[in-house]
Amino acid sequence: MTRRDVLAGMSAPLLGSAFGAQAAQHAHNVVAGEKKASGVYKPKLFTPGEYAALRRLAELIIPADETSKSAADAGAPEFIDLLASNNPELAAIYTGGLGWLDREMVKRHGQPFVKATPEQQTAMLDLIAYSRNITAELAPGIVFFDWARKMVVDGYYTSPIGVRAIGYMGNRGMAVFQVPEAAITYAVKKSGLE
Amino acid sequence: MQVKRSTTVHDVVVIGSGAGGGTVVKVLTDLGVNVLLLEAGGMINPARDFREHVWPHQVLHRGAGEHGESYFGRGPAFGYFGAGFGGWELDGEPYTVARGSEFQWFRSRVIGGRTLHYGRISLRFSDYDFKPHSFDGLGTDWPISYQDVAPYYDKAEAFIGITGTREGLRTAPDGIFQPPAAPRVHEVLVRRACDRLRIPCIPSRLAVLTKALNGRPACHYCGQCGRGCIPASNYSSAQVQIFPAMKSGRLQIVTNAMARELITADNGRVTAVSYVDKTTRAEKQVRCRSVVVAASACETARLLLNSKGPRHPNGLANSSGVVGRYLTDNSGYHLAARIPALEGMPRHDNDGIGGMHMYIPWWLLDDKKKDFPRGYHVEIGGGYGMPGIGSFHGTCARHEGYGARLKKAIYDEYGCTVHLHGRGEMIPNDKSYMEIDSRVVDRWGIPAARFNFAWNDYEIRQTQHMHRTFTDIFETMGGRVLGAGAKGWTGISVGGTIIHELGTVRMGNDPRSSALNKYCQAHDVKNLFVADAAPFLTNPDKNPTLTICALAWRTAEYLAEQLRKGDI
Repeated sequence: MTRRDVLAGMSAPLLGSAFGAQAAQHAHNVVAGEKKASGVYKPKLFTPGEYAALRRLAELIIPADETSKSAADAGAPEFIDLLASNNPELAAIYTGGLGWLDREMVKRHGQPFVKATPEQQTAMLDLIAYSRNITAELAPGIVFFDWARKMVVDGYYTSPIGVRAIGYMGNRGMAVFQVPEAAITYAVKKSGLE
Repeated sequence: MQVKRSTTVHDVVVIGSGAGGGTVVKVLTDLGVNVLLLEAGGMINPARDFREHVWPHQVLHRGAGEHGESYFGRGPAFGYFGAGFGGWELDGEPYTVARGSEFQWFRSRVIGGRTLHYGRISLRFSDYDFKPHSFDGLGTDWPISYQDVAPYYDKAEAFIGITGTREGLRTAPDGIFQPPAAPRVHEVLVRRACDRLRIPCIPSRLAVLTKALNGRPACHYCGQCGRGCIPASNYSSAQVQIFPAMKSGRLQIVTNAMARELITADNGRVTAVSYVDKTTRAEKQVRCRSVVVAASACETARLLLNSKGPRHPNGLANSSGVVGRYLTDNSGYHLAARIPALEGMPRHDNDGIGGMHMYIPWWLLDDKKKDFPRGYHVEIGGGYGMPGIGSFHGTCARHEGYGARLKKAIYDEYGCTVHLHGRGEMIPNDKSYMEIDSRVVDRWGIPAARFNFAWNDYEIRQTQHMHRTFTDIFETMGGRVLGAGAKGWTGISVGGTIIHELGTVRMGNDPRSSALNKYCQAHDVKNLFVADAAPFLTNPDKNPTLTICALAWRTAEYLAEQLRKGDI
């Protein structure tokens, strides 16, 4: 194999070459995350109510903006459902956490999380998204939200949408390695190490 | 139990296929010697088994493991995509750690061993590393000098392909180098900070091709060396030495063969190797004229200690009693910092070689004021890595919250963390050794290793110096140290976790205080050789792999000559 073959085989999306075939083999169970998120995904673990709450949480944790879509669009809820359905410890964290959240929302606003107004939802997150708010009453919510946040973030930034959003440009071949001079100049100047 | 014995007498049986075993196989088959290679793990097909270029989203679990193992610290060492083929714990292959000690043992069970995933850092030992006692009165001199090994460094480097530049530093001897890769932005900043602090920072010496060599293409800079390189642009003994040797017609390989014991005859020579066929649990024996043990330092010592006989009740090649003793690892220390100067920089692809493009060699050799005797080198990490499971957990923990502000924090902080890793020399001591734990056997009935380990105060003070140095470098870059390291020194690494454990079958001129002679041939057993890092007398601030290759090359040439002359 020459480097030319290697580079030829690496043009995104890594298909149709020796490398493409290899990558594809590992990807035999590719989730077309973006498509499935449009609503046809059937949760393996969560009830429809739990799943709707998880999707709403994902959307609030990493929302859409003018340049990129949300974590719900990127398939983070599917990712969490898949892992939790394979791991009782994780399943308990999520069903327990979502259960706590709904009960707390009903107590405060008479509605479960998904049925509450966006203002009521974010008011709750403003409490449980920060460890400084920890009290005996809020602790279960804070511990759960920490799990939800890190797994939604993982699900998002490992998706094609998330990779674009963060601006990772690698996993391709280069004939010569050279970072842009503009990037070096920028950082050297800003560091004061000229 | 019926033992299957082969009738063929192999010229050489090599046990283990990592850097040492792979080099011995390459050199011997090149010299026309027939070799039988026993490997405790399986065969690999890089195109099928390596996960190079696979995106996390191409796997349903994104790399977290099918059961989300990585969220509970139970994922594979070096991650789902890595080519570790092993881990800190292997099912059915226990080891124990003596009370009061901490030690971890990483084992890869695969053709190529740990060379499939290692960091490819390839540093020559310095002249004083071979003569530590002469240098500062500590440790024991090797029976060989830098001049003895230098020609084999040359051969190994020319064959493997090592990046680097000629610097003329005594602490980092020059070799035969391919051009290095250009530095990444954060590496430029570290180098500039080091310039101000009068610390050297030079291009890395890595076993990665930047020019084609022996049919292997140059690196394509995808940054994924640790996943295994399908085109073999980086070195692994499997792809660079063993697979080519398979085409010679002189190499026979038995995989899933766990060596149990070396069998000796009345004349004290090894006549056969007993191994367990892991697929059937049947015991088999292969006969040999000579044997080269290259199973990794502690596995090699375990095999010798478990090969007991009436004439050698303490294990084979162990009349000196040194087998298992003088276990060392490199000391390790890590600090990370946020570097604001990197924030807002134009995004670009900085994958490059899978590892640092610049590093800091030891620079205080002649400093008489330091409060510890031996040195360390510094490895540099950072840049825009492929997002994976856990990539942003640190940012999440620091910022908490949710929504647009969290998304912006993740975007802004991405690629702005720089890591410095120190790797220092440990001086052998009497409290650090491995032995056989006779109460515990593996699933094939082979008695397990037990580890005893204690750092010297030297290494503790050395890692405290690392803390001060790293903090200085980060502050000079305008960075802010992250985590507990911001408050002070966070402690030395756990023994074994740098995976540079060695020294357990030491070489020397005196058979009363060493197991092997200067060719890594057993004093007690003329046809027994060791070709991994077990023979080393020092564990300096230079990763061991290149020296394993050089010494194995030298041992293999010596063995071939002995076979040719009929001395073995």
